[in-house]
Amino acid sequence: MTWLMNALLFLFLLVVMAAWVMLPWPGALALALLLAAWLLLTRRGRQARSVAGVGISTLRQRLGASAVIVVGIAGVVGVLVALLAMAEGYSETLRNTGSTDTAIVMRGASAAEVASVLDRDSLTLIPQAAGVARDAKGEPIASSEIVVAANLPMKGGGPDDEGSVQLRGVGDQAWAVRPQVKIIAGRRFEPGLRELIVGRGAARQFAGLEPGREIRLGTQQWKVAGVFASGDAMESEIWGDASVVADTYRRGSSRASVTVRLSDPQAFGGFKTALEANPQLKVDVSTTLDYFSQQSEKVTKVLRIIGITVGTIMAIGAMFGALNTMFAAVAARAREIATLRAIGFPGLPVVVAVMLETMLLALVGGVIGGLAAWLIFNGYNASTMAAGSVGQLAFELRVTPELLWTGLKWALAIGFIGGLFPAVRAARLPVTTALREL
Amino acid sequence: MKYLHLVWASLFRRKTRTVLTLVSIIAAFLLFGLLDAVRSSFNQAGQSANGAARLQTGSKLSFIQTLPLSLQGQIERVDGVKLVTHANWFGGAYQDPHNQVFSFAVAPNYLDMYPEVAVTEAERKAFAATRTGALVGEQLAKRFGWKIGDRVPLQSTIFPDRQGSKNWAFDVVGILHASDKKTGGFFDQMFLLNWKYFDDTTPYNQGQVGWYVTRVTDVNQADRVAKAIDALSANSDHETRTQTEQAATASWMKQLADIGLIVGSIMGAVFFTLLLLSGNTMMQAVRERTSEIAVLKTIGFSSRSVLAMVLAESVLLLVLGGVVGLALASAIIPAVSSGSGGMLNLPTVGKDSWLLGLGLMALIGVLVGALPAWNAMRLNIVDALAGR
Repeated sequence: MTWLMNALLFLFLLVVMAAWVMLPWPGALALALLLAAWLLLTRRGRQARSVAGVGISTLRQRLGASAVIVVGIAGVVGVLVALLAMAEGYSETLRNTGSTDTAIVMRGASAAEVASVLDRDSLTLIPQAAGVARDAKGEPIASSEIVVAANLPMKGGGPDDEGSVQLRGVGDQAWAVRPQVKIIAGRRFEPGLRELIVGRGAARQFAGLEPGREIRLGTQQWKVAGVFASGDAMESEIWGDASVVADTYRRGSSRASVTVRLSDPQAFGGFKTALEANPQLKVDVSTTLDYFSQQSEKVTKVLRIIGITVGTIMAIGAMFGALNTMFAAVAARAREIATLRAIGFPGLPVVVAVMLETMLLALVGGVIGGLAAWLIFNGYNASTMAAGSVGQLAFELRVTPELLWTGLKWALAIGFIGGLFPAVRAARLPVTTALREL
Repeated sequence: MKYLHLVWASLFRRKTRTVLTLVSIIAAFLLFGLLDAVRSSFNQAGQSANGAARLQTGSKLSFIQTLPLSLQGQIERVDGVKLVTHANWFGGAYQDPHNQVFSFAVAPNYLDMYPEVAVTEAERKAFAATRTGALVGEQLAKRFGWKIGDRVPLQSTIFPDRQGSKNWAFDVVGILHASDKKTGGFFDQMFLLNWKYFDDTTPYNQGQVGWYVTRVTDVNQADRVAKAIDALSANSDHETRTQTEQAATASWMKQLADIGLIVGSIMGAVFFTLLLLSGNTMMQAVRERTSEIAVLKTIGFSSRSVLAMVLAESVLLLVLGGVVGLALASAIIPAVSSGSGGMLNLPTVGKDSWLLGLGLMALIGVLVGALPAWNAMRLNIVDALAGR
C-alpha cells in the first residue's frame, strides 16, 4: 500500500516538474496568488498558516540545518546562471553583429568569411543588384572586405605566447554599412598606409594595441591609429585598409565578402534572387543576422548543455541535502505535529506548512545565488576561439532577467521535491506512534 | 583499525540521514570526476614524448597563410632533423557546409611522422596508389557510416577544382586507428587525402604548403632545431614560426577557453556546499549520540580515541561517497563519449584525478569532522549523562 502511494507520489512529482518547466512567469504569479488566497481565505488555509508559522518562527534555532538548504540551492542557481550567462553573452554578441537590413555575400558553400574568395568581376557585379541602398551620391552602399588572421602576442602571456586575431581589410563603405562602429580613441586609419584600428575587445586581449604604438604583422611594422567600439563581434577584430591588407597577405584584387545595406529589410528576397539567378556569380547570400546567428548556434548549444548538465548534478546533491534537513526538521516536530493531528487538524495543512517552509528557504537560496551570479558575472569578460572566425571572440557574460527567472524556477523545484517527501511522511505518521515516540 | 566496526555502526545509526548525505557526496564527486576529466584532457593535449619530438612550422603571419614547397628540402638539410612532411588544410564538409570534417591534404610520408596512428601496410599502399584515395578516422567513419571501398562526396568550403565546382569525391581506402588516444585521439576524427591530388586539382594552391611537421633526432635539441628552421626564411616574405607540437597544442587550448578557471570556480561552489552539508550531518550525528559517547568514555575510552573515532567516521563518510561518485564518473565518461558519436572524446578518470579526489575526500572529511570531534573529546561525562 505504501509502495503504491510512493509510486503515485513520484508520478505526481514528474507531472508537476514537467508542467513547472513549461510554465511562464505569469503562470507562476497566478499560482502564487492562488496559494495566497487559499491561505488567507479558507479555514484549511488558516490552519496551514498557523502550522507554517510555528515552523518558520523556529527556523532561527535550526540555523545550521536551514543554511544547508539555502547555501546548497544558492550554489546550484549561481553556477547554473553563470554558465547560461556565458551562452547568452556569446550568442547575444554574435546576434548583435547582424541585422535584417544588411546582407552578406560570400562565394558559394563557404562556411565562413575567411574561407571565401570573390574575384574582381563578382565584386563589381554584386553591388549593382536590385535592393541595395544608395547613398546621397547615388553610389550603392556596399563594402567589399577581406578577412584574414594575424598572430599577435597575448596580454599577460609569455614572450612566445601568441594568439590569433581576425584582421579585416575594409574601405570607406565599411562605415556606411556598419553605423554602430565608432572610434573611441585616436583616429581612423589612413587609406594606403600600414595603419590599423583595433576593436575594444581585441585591445583588451592582445598586447600593444594602443593608439600610437607599432605592432609587427609578419615582417612588417603596422601603426595602431585608433580604437573602435561597436558592442558586437566586430570589437574583437582589427581593421586596416583593404588593399594594403591584401598586399601583405598576397591576395591580389580578390576579396572575401561583400556586405551591403539593403534599401529596406523586405528588399532582401529580391536581392538574393537577383544574385542567385545571375549565371556569372556563384554566391551565397544571407542577411547578416542569419549569418552571425548561425555562427553562434553550435557553441551556444554546447554551452547550454554543459550548464544544464552541471546544474542537474548539483541540483541532485542540493535536493538530497534539503531532504535531509527537512526530514530532521519534521522528526524534531513529530510530537507537535501529532498533537495537532490529534486535536483535529487534517493532513493537508501539515503538508502545505512543511512545503511552505522548504520553498521559502529555497526561494531565499535562489535569490542569493542569482544575485551573486549577477553581481560577479554580469559583464564579466570572457573569450574563446569562435566558430566561423579565425580569431578570438571577446564577449561579456550576460545575466538577463530570463536567466534569473530560470534560476529561481530551479530553486523552487528543488525546494518542492526536497519538501514533499518529508511533508508527506509527517502527515502520514500514525498519531499514536508519533505521540508515544520520544 | 580494530574500532572499524564501531565507526561503521555509528555511521549507519540513522540510515536515512547517512544515505541522503551519501547521495549528495556522490553527486559532488561525480561532478568533480567529470570536470577534472575535461580539465586534464585540455591540459594533456599534445603532452607526450611524440608531441615533444615533433615540430610544427607555420607562417609567422598567421595560421591561414601558406608557405612555399621549396622549404621542404631546406628543412631536411637542417642539422638534427630526422624527417619532414607537409600538409594543407582542406576545409572539407559532408552534405552541408556546416557539417565540417577535419580534413588534411597530406604528403606521402605524413603517417611516418605519427607512430601512434595505426593503419595497415596494405591500406598505406592503397592510399599511395589511389589518386583520389582517402584514409578516414574510425570515429568519423562510424559517424557517417563509411566503409572501405565507399566513394565519398566531400565539399571543400575553401577550394574549388578547375571547373569551379567545390564538390570533390574520394575513395575510402583505409581506416585510421589511434593507438595512443592522448596525442593521436584527434586522428579518429581525421580525413586524410593525397596532397598531390589536392594540389593538381585546385587552381588556388599551386605548390603551397599549409604547414610542415618535422621530427627531430634528439628531443633535447628541439629548441635549437626550431630556431634553425625559422632562420631559413628570416627576412623573406614567408617568415615561419616553429613550435613543438606540445607548445602549439597548449597555445590552442588556451585560446579556446580558460578551462582551469571555469572548472575551479564550479568545484569551489560545489565543495563549499558539500562542506556545509556533511558538516551539518556530522554535527547532528554527534549531538544525538552525546550520552553514548559519555558511556564510551566511562568504560575507559580515552578522549583522544573518541576524537579519532569521530574523525574516522566523517572521513569514512566522505570516502564512501567520493569513491562511489568517482567510480560512477569513470563509468559514465566512456558512455558519454560513445553516445556523442565521437563528437566528444573525454579521457576516463585518470590516476591524477583519483589521487586528487582521494586527497579532497580526506581533507573535507577532516574539516567536517573537526568541530564535532573536538566537542566529543571535550565532553564532560557527568554533564552528558545527566543530560545537561
